[in-house]
Amino acid sequence: MKFRRKSGVESKISTSSMPDIIFMLLIFFMVTTVLRKHSGLPVSLPKAERIEKLESKRHTSDIWVSKDGLISIEDKLYDKDGVRYVMYEKRAADPQLTVSLKADRAARMEIISSIHSELRKADALKLNYSTKVKVPN
Amino acid sequence: MAIRERKARTGAIPEGGMADIAFLLLVFFLVTTTIDMDKGVGIILPAEGQEIEINKKNILNCLISASGAVLLGGEPVEMKNLTRKVQDELRANDKLIISVKAHEKAEYDVYIEVLDQLKMAKATRISIAETE
Repeated sequence: MKFRRKSGVESKISTSSMPDIIFMLLIFFMVTTVLRKHSGLPVSLPKAERIEKLESKRHTSDIWVSKDGLISIEDKLYDKDGVRYVMYEKRAADPQLTVSLKADRAARMEIISSIHSELRKADALKLNYSTKVKVPN
Repeated sequence: MAIRERKARTGAIPEGGMADIAFLLLVFFLVTTTIDMDKGVGIILPAEGQEIEINKKNILNCLISASGAVLLGGEPVEMKNLTRKVQDELRANDKLIISVKAHEKAEYDVYIEVLDQLKMAKATRISIAETE
């Protein structure tokens, strides 16, 4: 009686296209990453519970306010009245602009309020007070 | 004299290590990328020159003093009671607009906390008044 020989089925996964897959992943990550452009001012952000995420980094512009009342946009210092011109140009270039205000928790309301009125004059009305996450107790 | 046979050289680059190199690059990029998503309390500012007259009884003033005390409708309120108080007021009048007014020497931290509490009370109509 003859034994039938088992048909040799190759059960190897082909790895020759592995580099292509990995390169594609690599390129995907490289394209989607937005590098941080500006270093800003050293601030300790306040904390809040009801927070929302900013939709997109591309449509966000940061304003840093330190506790001494310095205002920095794109690593340049501005005084209170200078904010309007910068933000107006940004708003004109990108109508979906959201302003992310990174102010120190010890900053005075006087400076925050003047930024409010500057932003209103520049017609940049979407504002987000950047905060850290507070764990509800 | 025996002629030595030439070694057959193949010009192929070994592809076995390619995947490893690509993986290494991928891991490097994954590790060095810091994902810091911006989070915060969102608000829409009113447009310039669009002040509307609002009935006095639909406004609830929320004042923040220089020392960080909070006054809601003229009465001092503790921060932890603020949400409940505002909820009560909103239940009584759903057209209520809460006007947050901070003293110019008040701290930003307190202001954010007040806004946070108002958001927790599901107050959607929040108005930011100019400082005094």
